[in-house]
Amino acid sequence: MKRHLITACLYTAITAIVLGVGYPLLITGIARLAFPAQASGELVWRNGVLVGSRLIGQPFSGDHYFHSRPSAAGSGYDASASSGSNLGPTSKPLVERIAQSVSSEKTEAPVPVDLVTASGSGLDPDISPAAALYQVHRVSSATGIPEETLRRLVAAHITPRQLGLLGEPRVNVLELNLDLGRLSENKPNISRSQTNP
Amino acid sequence: MSTQVAFEPLIGSDTHSGKSRRSIMNAPIARRAAIDALRKLNPIAMMRNPVMFVVEVGSVLTTVLLISDLARRLPNTSFDLQITLWLWFTVLFANFAEAMAEGRGKAQADALRQAKSETIAYRIRFGVVEEVPSSRLRAEDLVRVSAGQMIPGDGEVVAGVASVDESAITGESAPVIREAGGDRSAVTGGTRVLSDEITVRITSNPGETFLDRMIALVEGAERQKTPNEIALNILLAGLTIIFLLAVVTLQPFALYSRAPQSIFVLVSLLVCLIPTTIGGLLSAIGIAGMDRLVQHNVLATSGRAVEAAGDVNTLLLDKTGTITIGNRQASEFIPAPGISNDRLADAAQLSSLPDETPEGRSIVILAKERYGLRGRELAQLNAVFVPFSATTRMSGIDLEGRSIRKGAADAIARYLREFGGGLPAEVQSVVEGIARSGGTPLVVAENGRALGVIHLKDIVKGGMRERFLQLRAMGIRTVMITGDNPLTAAAIAREAGVDDFLAEAKPKDKMDLIRREQSEGKLVAMTGDGTNDAPALAQADVGVAMNSGTQAAKEAGNMVDLDSNPTKLIEIVAIGKQLLMTRGALTTFSIANDVAKYFAIIPAMFAGAFPVLNALNIMHLRTPQSAILSAIIFNALIIVLLIPLALRGVKYRPSSAAAMLQRNLLIYGVGGVVIPFIGIKAIDLAITAIGLA
Amino acid sequence: MTVNGWLQIAVFFALVLLTTKPLGKYMARVFEGRRTLLDPILVPVERLLYRMTGVQREDEMRWTEYGGAMLLFSLATMLLTYVIERAQHILPWNPQHLAGVTPALAWNTAVSFTTNTNWQSYVPEQTMSYLTQMLGLATHNFWSAATGIALAVAFIRGIARREMKTLGNFWVDLTRATLWVLLPISIVLALVLVSQGVIQNLRPYATAQILQPQTQTTTGPDGKPATATISTQTIAQGPAASQEAIKMLGTNGGGFFNANSAHPFENPTPFSNLLEMFAIFLIPAGLTATLGEMTGSPRHGWAVFAAMALLWFAGVFTCYWAESQPSPLVHGVEQRASLNQAGGNMEGKEVRFGIANSALFATVTTDASCGAVNSAHDSFTPLGGMVPMVNILLGEIVFGGVGAGLYGMLIFVIISVFIAGLMVGRTPEYLGKKIEAYDVQLAMLYLLIFPLIILCLSAISVLSPGFGLSALTNQGPHGLSEIFYAYTSATGNNGSAFAGLSANTRWYNITLGIAMFFGRFLMIVPMLAVAGNLVTKRRAPASVGTFPVTTPLFTALLTSVILIVGALTFVPALSLGPVLEHLMMHAGQVF
Repeated sequence: MKRHLITACLYTAITAIVLGVGYPLLITGIARLAFPAQASGELVWRNGVLVGSRLIGQPFSGDHYFHSRPSAAGSGYDASASSGSNLGPTSKPLVERIAQSVSSEKTEAPVPVDLVTASGSGLDPDISPAAALYQVHRVSSATGIPEETLRRLVAAHITPRQLGLLGEPRVNVLELNLDLGRLSENKPNISRSQTNP
Repeated sequence: MSTQVAFEPLIGSDTHSGKSRRSIMNAPIARRAAIDALRKLNPIAMMRNPVMFVVEVGSVLTTVLLISDLARRLPNTSFDLQITLWLWFTVLFANFAEAMAEGRGKAQADALRQAKSETIAYRIRFGVVEEVPSSRLRAEDLVRVSAGQMIPGDGEVVAGVASVDESAITGESAPVIREAGGDRSAVTGGTRVLSDEITVRITSNPGETFLDRMIALVEGAERQKTPNEIALNILLAGLTIIFLLAVVTLQPFALYSRAPQSIFVLVSLLVCLIPTTIGGLLSAIGIAGMDRLVQHNVLATSGRAVEAAGDVNTLLLDKTGTITIGNRQASEFIPAPGISNDRLADAAQLSSLPDETPEGRSIVILAKERYGLRGRELAQLNAVFVPFSATTRMSGIDLEGRSIRKGAADAIARYLREFGGGLPAEVQSVVEGIARSGGTPLVVAENGRALGVIHLKDIVKGGMRERFLQLRAMGIRTVMITGDNPLTAAAIAREAGVDDFLAEAKPKDKMDLIRREQSEGKLVAMTGDGTNDAPALAQADVGVAMNSGTQAAKEAGNMVDLDSNPTKLIEIVAIGKQLLMTRGALTTFSIANDVAKYFAIIPAMFAGAFPVLNALNIMHLRTPQSAILSAIIFNALIIVLLIPLALRGVKYRPSSAAAMLQRNLLIYGVGGVVIPFIGIKAIDLAITAIGLA
Repeated sequence: MTVNGWLQIAVFFALVLLTTKPLGKYMARVFEGRRTLLDPILVPVERLLYRMTGVQREDEMRWTEYGGAMLLFSLATMLLTYVIERAQHILPWNPQHLAGVTPALAWNTAVSFTTNTNWQSYVPEQTMSYLTQMLGLATHNFWSAATGIALAVAFIRGIARREMKTLGNFWVDLTRATLWVLLPISIVLALVLVSQGVIQNLRPYATAQILQPQTQTTTGPDGKPATATISTQTIAQGPAASQEAIKMLGTNGGGFFNANSAHPFENPTPFSNLLEMFAIFLIPAGLTATLGEMTGSPRHGWAVFAAMALLWFAGVFTCYWAESQPSPLVHGVEQRASLNQAGGNMEGKEVRFGIANSALFATVTTDASCGAVNSAHDSFTPLGGMVPMVNILLGEIVFGGVGAGLYGMLIFVIISVFIAGLMVGRTPEYLGKKIEAYDVQLAMLYLLIFPLIILCLSAISVLSPGFGLSALTNQGPHGLSEIFYAYTSATGNNGSAFAGLSANTRWYNITLGIAMFFGRFLMIVPMLAVAGNLVTKRRAPASVGTFPVTTPLFTALLTSVILIVGALTFVPALSLGPVLEHLMMHAGQVF
């Protein structure tokens, strides 16, 4: 057994270097060459300023923007503290929170469920097309952009199922709001998805 | 020696043996069992059975609590009282089952003890005969036993020949012959000499005789748990601990949910969940299995041997006496060209008249039946009998100028060459044809001329083919052992339907075959009676010695068949299998029952605190109390209801393992899930109707 | 439930089905030391490793030695991780300057990763440096997975070999599992994941100016409301893809980020999601074919596969159905599925995955001992959440953890074969090996340890308002579920959680650590002992009299035994947890 103890220690040390340093560095190296944008988180720059990541949701409030889903990450969309609400189905706080979200909506129509529920990561960048379309009326009233234009904007931002099959259709809220901002400010120089050089 | 046993495809009733069927439950046995059930409450004895021990501990616990509640004059103790009573009943029912199984053995032991009553033995010492009580005989003592006397102990006949009544042991009333030397020399104490006188060398000391062993065996006194029983016991004990854990930790969870439970209810849940059905019946099943063997007049030295019988892969069967009826019989006379049938038959009969062998007699009989030739008295014929000798390998008769010889083809051919002749080609081809078909050709010649051939045939016992077919369906390979040449052996093997044969077998070959099979991981069973069978009997996993056989054979094997019937092996295999199947089936049943019991008890426990849980009360049991009571009553009663099944064994039909499993899973698995739903509902209706809960 | 949802589930299963046989045969070749395509590259590496560590590759080990080597190795790796965690503040690759980890948490995490549990009592992006993640945690993903595979292979040898004493060489099995199986697949998988958007870098966290700064009202320490404006978003970075690949492939499940595979940086697209789920089942499913291959009974491998597939399907069906149901407690919300939304219970789920992929992921990750999550199990409907719980309670034998799933399943096979053997009237045999009292004893011990740990520790926790209940986020039956799930997950070495339980307390860190440790190593001992006993037996030939372990009937029996023996134990606890919660939810009650 003493022989095995020595082997165990040597084996741990050697494979730790191979698997714990060599392997991740190899992947980092290849990723940097082959997929530079993806490897650093698909960051979005506007006018040289980092405004977020295409993959990470941001909080939006008020009537002028399309809203993201409620978030339980930190104080809301804290991308260094991802988390869901972890509230169970019979949780009073959850039921009350949803009821409050529903009542803050100004229309009578039922709210699409994803718009009043927190995501698992708290960083969900997407809302369902239903949730985006649901907000068209409100955004239109606030910004004065015709509903039809907004609807077309939403439609253009729907990411279909991957390979026509996988996942659910969705709308990236950050990208939608970026283009919404371009529409309302009518400034054409917003660069979409410009990646970190 | 071999009585042909009528073929019965079903074991599962004990109608097999020649004895009258004893009913599973008879009144005197049941009465004695009821008393024994109380005696078995002794906790030290109960600890052998972990499942029922837990129930007993639970019963004691609830009893103590009940007494303290009564002492404090707490109201509403009726429910707790009923629970406590039914818990005790559960233990008692299980004990009763075991006592019932033992009871049948005890009744049999009593009968055997009568045979064991003290007798006077005539011991020969230094040439002097002295009278001593049979209990003082030691091994190696010589005793003389005359007609009408009881044989005082187990032993070996060293001188004389006698007919012996062994019915005390075998139940068979026809006397058997016992003689010095050979394979029929063993005698058993407690049997009676009917004629003549024999000298017996005693082979066992007092208390170790065959009768003693048999009494101990049927009484179950020496009963040790068999390997599979131990394994199953561990499984059941494991399940018991797991459920104990589940119930003990339920209380904290219930406290969290603000719905704490009474100890009575928790103990009820525990007792319902642990496998009490199989736990209560397990030892009864084992005892009953041994008992079934005894019913078939087979004594096993251990339960282990019975289980091994169920596992047998290869069955070695001696051809003679087992597959074929003891001897060959003449079936046909085939004359040579130019010879009439009558002439051949006449010569054949004449040459066989003095031949006392069964073959010889069958020739005389065939000639008489086919050609109306009546047997003639030798003395009147003034004939000279030429006996069979190893050098000539012929026998025959010389009379008034006729010299008739019969023998194997090559022996007769040599004999004919002395006359300058030979075996005609036609006769030769007939000979070969018979040999190919598995028969034995005997050529008859008169005065240097071949008259024709007698076809001696092995007669395969009725029903053997079907039996082997079923054995094959059970996955058991049969190998026929014979001294015949391969050609003959192959033909008989084909006719009987065995899977394989060992021809021209010497005792060593048999041993080698067993070893070879065992090295492939197979279990081998065989029967034997002679001293030269002893090593093979010892080597085989299941060795069944014939009671008529030698002492050496009986000691080498692990079973003795009192009927000395070699085909019994097939029943022994079935009994071994049935024993395991009964255990497996009731285990499955027992565990499957838990589903329904949960549905009865869980909603009842918590319906008070959480009325919504009544949604789980799918049986719509009247009240929480009636639900719990019904479950515990069902749990107790099912033990009693299954006692007959445990004693009789589940139905066994020889078929493939897959088919058997499917059937048993359907009956005992699915049945085990469904039946308690019905049973508990029925009890609930009954006890609410009479106002018990 | 939608047609598209079922199609996606079908695609997932088809992938598993298609790869089982080729991978299983490949692994059989690897562990029987036969030639493979990768030999020219890997054999020199293997030889070098043996030379450097003093491994004699021909040395065969008995079960005790095999187990001893495994324990020593696990201990060494556990210590390394503990030290790295404690000292991360003075080690390199710590751009966020995170402090050293506290002792209780460091113990919990070291045990957690050593045992292939990957339970995380902490928020990784705020606790662990890049070095700790790479060298302290990702390495364990390889080691514990390779150990699991080695143990399973040793068990298979116990069945396949006849009349021998040894089960193989632990170091050789460990090495071959790592070099031939885990590493090559991980490299490919990691790169595909990067292409989908899983991050892989060593940069400090990025700070973004968010599009619409938010004003938030919070209650300050003095109790007065204070307003704060949030205008930036700190975006965590790190070498996630390399860890993500082996995390799934080795059924480890320890997230690079707190939200695990729900985090967009760990699981950005539905395709990455499919790959991650597939990676969980890939090796465990393949091992069933390895079992068939090495024991010479491929059909037995498939029969075991079928039992697993059956239980998987039952789980995914129940979970998908339950999660698609509208909650009766919320009003004014459109919960029905339509072309424009997935509907159902979206609390704790990501829009890109919807209901079908979340339910499937939850089922798969708990069928196996993975424990990665792409949605918050705590927020599942009562019955939907019961599925992951029951999956773990059954012993994670539905494909299961790499290696651990197979040997756990084989323990159930032994019990099934025992009962079946009795029912056909023979001493039970498993692939020709007699199952005797000693084997049953060890198998029962294996089955006993599991509920013992879960039930006892849960019972103590629910009784204590101080250290036990104070950590709960949810009350009522759901609170019971949270605690029960925690110990179930830890003992089962799963690592997923009803994460509302704030388990980063001294009581939970220590007891969950104990649960993980014993749930792994205490169960390995009887398992290896069974293998060590089986290997000495001779193998009887099969006949029609032996109960075949290759038929649908066997599959059905095995499934029932798993359900009855595995689940009956936990019915009381489940009744007071999820079942009660379900009924109360429909009665309109909240807590």
